[in-house]
Amino acid sequence: MYAGKKVTRVDAYDKAIGRTRYTDDLCDKSAYIARVLHSTIAHGRVVSIDTSEAEKIPGVVKVFTCFDVKEKHYFPTAGHPWSTDPEHQDVADRLVLTEEVRFYGDDIGAVVAEDEVSAAQALRAIKVEYEEYPFVLDVQEAMKEGAPQIHKEYPNNILKHTAIRKGNYEEAIKEPGLTKVEGWYDTPTVQHCHIENFICYAEMEGDRITVTASTQIPHIVRRIVGQALGIEWGRVRIIKPYIGGGFGNKQDALYEPLCAWLCMQLGGHLVKLDIPREDTFVSNRVRHAIRSHIISWVRPDGSYAARKLEAFSDQGAYASHGHSIVAKGAGAFPQLYPCDNVEVDAYTVFTNKSVAGAMRGYGIPQAMWAVESHTEDVAVRMGMDPIDFRRKNLMPVGYVDAFSKNELYDDTFNQCLDKAMEAIDYRRKFKEYQNQTGDVRRGIGVSVFWYNTAVWPISLETSSCRMVLNQDGSCQVQLGETEIGQGADTAYTQMTADVLGVPLKDVHVVSCQDTDVTPFGTGAYASRQTYTAGFSIRRTALLLKERILKYAHELTRMPEYNLDIVEGNIVRTTDGRILMSLGELSTEALYSLTNSQHLSAESTSQIKSNAYSFGCTIAEVEVDIPMCKVKLLDIVNAHDAGTLINPALAEAQVHGGMSMGIGFGMSERLIFDEKTGRALNNNLLDYKLSTFMDHPRLKAVFVENAEPTSAFGTKALGEPPACSVAPAIRNAVYQATGVGVNEAPVNPHNLFRRFTEEGLL
Amino acid sequence: MSKQYKLVSCTINGKHVEKMIDVRASLTDMLRDDYRLTSVKKGCEVGECGACNVIIDGECFNSCIYLAVWAEGKEILTLEGLAGPNGEISDIQQAFIDEAAVQCGFCSPGFIMSAVEILEAKREFSDDEIRKLMSGHLCRCTGYENIFRAVKKTMLRRLGKEKEALEV
Amino acid sequence: MYDIKALYEAESVEHAVRLLIEHPEAQIIAGGSDVLVQMREGKRAGKELVSIYGLDEMRGVSFEADGAIRIGSLTSFSHITRDPIIKEHINVLGEAVDMVGGPQIRNIGTIGGNTCNGVTSADSASTLHAWDAVVEITGPNGVRRIPIHDFYIRAGVVDLKPGEVQTAIIIPKIAYEGYHGHYIKYAMRNAMDIATTGCSVNVKLSSDKKVMEDVRIAYGVAGPVPMRAPQAEAEAKGKTVSGGNVKAFAETVLKDINPRDSWRASKEFRQHIAVVLAERALRESIRLAGGEIDE
Repeated sequence: MYAGKKVTRVDAYDKAIGRTRYTDDLCDKSAYIARVLHSTIAHGRVVSIDTSEAEKIPGVVKVFTCFDVKEKHYFPTAGHPWSTDPEHQDVADRLVLTEEVRFYGDDIGAVVAEDEVSAAQALRAIKVEYEEYPFVLDVQEAMKEGAPQIHKEYPNNILKHTAIRKGNYEEAIKEPGLTKVEGWYDTPTVQHCHIENFICYAEMEGDRITVTASTQIPHIVRRIVGQALGIEWGRVRIIKPYIGGGFGNKQDALYEPLCAWLCMQLGGHLVKLDIPREDTFVSNRVRHAIRSHIISWVRPDGSYAARKLEAFSDQGAYASHGHSIVAKGAGAFPQLYPCDNVEVDAYTVFTNKSVAGAMRGYGIPQAMWAVESHTEDVAVRMGMDPIDFRRKNLMPVGYVDAFSKNELYDDTFNQCLDKAMEAIDYRRKFKEYQNQTGDVRRGIGVSVFWYNTAVWPISLETSSCRMVLNQDGSCQVQLGETEIGQGADTAYTQMTADVLGVPLKDVHVVSCQDTDVTPFGTGAYASRQTYTAGFSIRRTALLLKERILKYAHELTRMPEYNLDIVEGNIVRTTDGRILMSLGELSTEALYSLTNSQHLSAESTSQIKSNAYSFGCTIAEVEVDIPMCKVKLLDIVNAHDAGTLINPALAEAQVHGGMSMGIGFGMSERLIFDEKTGRALNNNLLDYKLSTFMDHPRLKAVFVENAEPTSAFGTKALGEPPACSVAPAIRNAVYQATGVGVNEAPVNPHNLFRRFTEEGLL
Repeated sequence: MSKQYKLVSCTINGKHVEKMIDVRASLTDMLRDDYRLTSVKKGCEVGECGACNVIIDGECFNSCIYLAVWAEGKEILTLEGLAGPNGEISDIQQAFIDEAAVQCGFCSPGFIMSAVEILEAKREFSDDEIRKLMSGHLCRCTGYENIFRAVKKTMLRRLGKEKEALEV
Repeated sequence: MYDIKALYEAESVEHAVRLLIEHPEAQIIAGGSDVLVQMREGKRAGKELVSIYGLDEMRGVSFEADGAIRIGSLTSFSHITRDPIIKEHINVLGEAVDMVGGPQIRNIGTIGGNTCNGVTSADSASTLHAWDAVVEITGPNGVRRIPIHDFYIRAGVVDLKPGEVQTAIIIPKIAYEGYHGHYIKYAMRNAMDIATTGCSVNVKLSSDKKVMEDVRIAYGVAGPVPMRAPQAEAEAKGKTVSGGNVKAFAETVLKDINPRDSWRASKEFRQHIAVVLAERALRESIRLAGGEIDE
């Protein structure tokens, strides 16, 4: 068995010697260089664009403007599976270039040149005349009557409003003796900051177009490029090589449609679009900033009588993933701490800011910031221990969600809390840090998180797999679920080896997806790679095994049910004798003059299940009050991700998610200028991604309750590690200082404001 | 105006080379485009991410903000140059593999080159010193934890402290 | 690929001066960590450059005949930090420049570039101000030396006339002998950052370590250019080493400094931090000088 072992990543060697090829490394040097012309106003209309000076610059091939887009094919960008039901399709509100400007940084033109210097010069030489409209940056302002309208189809800029009603909130709050706890909680706009910026290049072959792109979702991007160009989807081919991180930003069609369009305008010439870091911050996708308002009515025994959540999600200028993000958090609210009387209202609202899309955690880091900050506030108000209070109210074992049918099979929360508390010596520290005085104080805080694994039943879950046996008995495996750095290919290798019965070295997962060749799969998103792909891997490997054993039967005359494949050999199970190697069988099968067969298998699994994946974070901090600074001293994440396929890579995933959570909780925030709508810190110096020196050692511990719905007992781990870190840090600062910071991040600016308000400075 | 070129002679990964180079080129451009050393990555092009880090005369530099013409007479080492004569990889590369310090891999070449400079000092650095010496790189996948382990373990092993290395 | 109109590589300081006279529009490039970044932003795009990066004669730290410490303008931050003369006599400067960016930036960044760009946040600048550094400038009319305070004219503008190159920074013996100092960089993260506020303090104690004979303090990002806080210095000078006097000194800085509101930090926040840093940096300086604060 290879599942459960810490095997080395299949791609680690090449990455460690620098041989791995990413998009830019593959692009031929004959490529034209494209750059996007971005708007320098937040809201308005392009009146005219003067390209005459730009076109005179030597090396400039052509300058395109929004007025050159004659056929207006509006397209959606979200990396969701397509829906054949128009009601469930993503909002098609983008054009490759737009005359209507909806945020500072909108795509209004493009330059194509022979080299990057000419392209940059041309961009600077273009003159744009705008008709400016008033703009709005704040969600609450955007919902007011008379606010600037960003899309005429959406009054008050509300893309969508959904509500959940359970019991009777208004009646329930009349119960005598209740304590009301109310708070507003804010999360900032943050960006994914994968180290490889988005990049793609496009070229035509015949009447077909090939786009090689740094994407998580090649099959989805093929559909979107087809929609954006108004051509048959079969004429589009997307190739996805190794990518330098995605984290959800590349779970959107970003500039593949524009690059393909430019290429087609230029007779199919190779065009490369390499997005600079500054543009990546502004004109790709960001995480939704969400403002949450929570009211809890608590009984003296610490149980909830009624609860209410209003969440306002800042969509930015275009719909992208839209309402799904805040809806996910809103859906989690009644589940995490079940209560008989709940009201939830979630709004997704357009503003004239960078477009928000998918980002690791998909709305749950924001929801947990609100919910777990609030939970702490309630526990403190009720004079209850934060851990005991949570244990009392958390989702009980056996809970089944009516909509998703997800069930909590095991005592996950308590097990994770126990493990995390032990790993960080919680009880001793919590006691020690009570009632401190002085300038420098310590605190320890906890947060749990809710997550689920895949997208069913909100959206389609399907995975296809192909396995092809080679002459030597090794096999190629192809899947649409992509390797984006998380280690998916290694997990697939382990799973295949186990089910097929071959040594690890004999499984070759084809890492590159090519939509002309790779079986259909929707890509890397949610936390569904091992869960979803697991089904099609198991089914396909069993199909291939069946074909192999059938052929083995013909060669050996032994009944198939007395045969098995063990470590690459055909073994007779009755006595354990090795009858032949898989390589011998495969060679015979291919070259047989009487019965030639190419042994391969392909299958699709539709998955109509989903799985909860829960855990917690405990963080320990030291707060220097006069300096308004927090130092993270220690942190641990505990997860029940079901059975771990590769504990070493699982641990590494958790580290990365924790790091993203640390940035979200302590330092990151994309700032927009109130006067212009322009992003002010769209570079890696001014945007405070945490560095090597901002982290303590990161600890990850696991509870392994095998998930019964899963093909390999696994469930979500990609996103969950980012979900509970920030509120745990916030709650640790709360314990240290008695000051709750409700606006993330807990950075010096917010601490200065709060410490001043609370009289600590 | 006509383009300006200059003959740049230098040693790259132990081999003496020379080429006419556009004076506008960064060292990243030269290494990637003229010598096809694509381990040198572009992540920000302004010296903030560290993905293009290479060693010049024993010190680490972000090659994106280093003019190619300044390479004249210098000894440059990129990740491709770490392999031994028979293609065997170095201990620090092996440590990155063993410690799962590599995820998407895009920042890895730059990190490994900084690790090489640290290890060349042949002394034992404290944990905080290691963090500081590696702090010129951003990574979004690993949280730096396994990179830290890889560097510290290799440092200890080179100093003959096998037992301490196991405790990292 | 940078948008460089033409590149001229100087072979000596004299040659650099000549090139600058011949190409009056040209911009000097030393390590390039500022100039190239600005060029990519478009600010200096299409300019001619005179590269002085190859001038090893402008590298290194040495003593002048009168005991002054001479730092060649092209000396990189990491070389300053590691230099034995710096370590012994003005270690705080080595510590300050060891907080610039990250290791690779400290290998390319030069102290000359850090001061010639005229920005207030430069990590070297407040310490150089606090130690009465002198700037050596070489031009068509020879060499001139001016106090660093006069070198800064306004934000982004320094006193370099056509054809002039900053060739060294000098710390006079009188300015460093007997002084001990400490620099605190206040930034939003622990590496790869620019200072929200930087504060460099140094003190000369009486022989019995009871009296602050001299106190000097300078800030980055407390005004448009790096600045001293003369009223605070006067407040502390000659006072006994006591907690009250340290606090009074720190609070007086608000009379001197003039930080502004920006998206990077509010004025109130910077003022608050400036006081905290002044107190902490003076306390540490006193400790380094062998003094004990009478609380």
